[in-house]
Amino acid sequence: MFPLSSTVELSAVATLALALTLGFGFGFALERAGFGSARKLTAVFYFYDMSVVKVMFTAIVTAMAGLFLLSWAGALDLAELYVEPTNYAGAAIGGLIFGAGFVIGGYCPGTAIAACATGRIDGLTFMAGMLGGVYLFAEFLPGVDAWARGTARGEVTLTSLTGLSMGWFVLLFIAILALAGWGMGAAERRFAGLRP
Amino acid sequence: MSISPPLADSLAPDAERARAAQPYWNPYFVGVLLGAVLLASYLVAGRGLGATGAFSSVAAWIASGVSPEHAQANPVHARYLADGSPLTAWLVFLVIGAFAGAALSGWMAGRAHLAIEKGPRISNAGRLAVAAGGGVLAGIGAKIAMGCTSGQALTGGAILNAGSLVFMGAVFAAGYAVAWILRKEWL
Repeated sequence: MFPLSSTVELSAVATLALALTLGFGFGFALERAGFGSARKLTAVFYFYDMSVVKVMFTAIVTAMAGLFLLSWAGALDLAELYVEPTNYAGAAIGGLIFGAGFVIGGYCPGTAIAACATGRIDGLTFMAGMLGGVYLFAEFLPGVDAWARGTARGEVTLTSLTGLSMGWFVLLFIAILALAGWGMGAAERRFAGLRP
Repeated sequence: MSISPPLADSLAPDAERARAAQPYWNPYFVGVLLGAVLLASYLVAGRGLGATGAFSSVAAWIASGVSPEHAQANPVHARYLADGSPLTAWLVFLVIGAFAGAALSGWMAGRAHLAIEKGPRISNAGRLAVAAGGGVLAGIGAKIAMGCTSGQALTGGAILNAGSLVFMGAVFAAGYAVAWILRKEWL
């Protein structure tokens, strides 16, 4: 019965080995997608290479379909999975600041690690900035942290909001991905002149 | 892989090396791969992926190195100090693994070399400065949103977390707005 974490008590060493292994696959996939390159990543904002959206959307749909099918088959208890408490205002404000940082810096935290690992010096300075940012936040904005956590409304998902089964959303997201895939292909051809 | 050229040399645009590097994998194929890693994380650990938490752990570790009393008294740092050494946190090891996985992938494809990723109209020093500045903003934004592209967008998106979907919308809204102003950095 999955998740294993709810049925098996792993030792500290085994837990960290698991984190290393999963992280290895995570970093390998990011680099294979080209996400160790800030130019490839920021290309999504100039429409000539939509890989960021293609990879993220496909990954979300793949994992969502897997979660749904396994829980439907009775092999996974969705209630045992950790869901970050939702804070709409925090997500919106933090997301806007984060999005600006993404375009200015050229990376997000995970992709900066992939960039740094393949010798990109700008990836290293982004990581240094990121570390500075979270340090500054802890030192000077603990009130914002208390607000974001204190006003979160607990686990809110589209399934809990609508009462619909996760399976419907899997179908909906697959349909959106197919449509978006067609649209993104058209956008890439239209803006191909911006490609370096 | 060939012998590394001197730093100054390797920072110059190198068309020959770019041709030698293998092409990236198909984005939809990598998406399925990344989704499988995310699914595996949910199945074995009961939680998704993340990256920002690792930076928070390292920040707490530095703060407690400077002054243990001060770090323990800070509510943000204290969360990352509650469970033994912050350097043995789950996300710190996930990020170390990610570093190794990306390094291997880049090396296998001939993409691992010293370089600065930037558009043709910005200097090296200018690019490194904005990378650091963008990192600061991304760090603060991720803390307010309680997660980043990994911990919120991917992880939350897969389980249809409403807050994660709002986060994703906000990230792309700000991204497209700021991208036009910053076209000199990238185009």
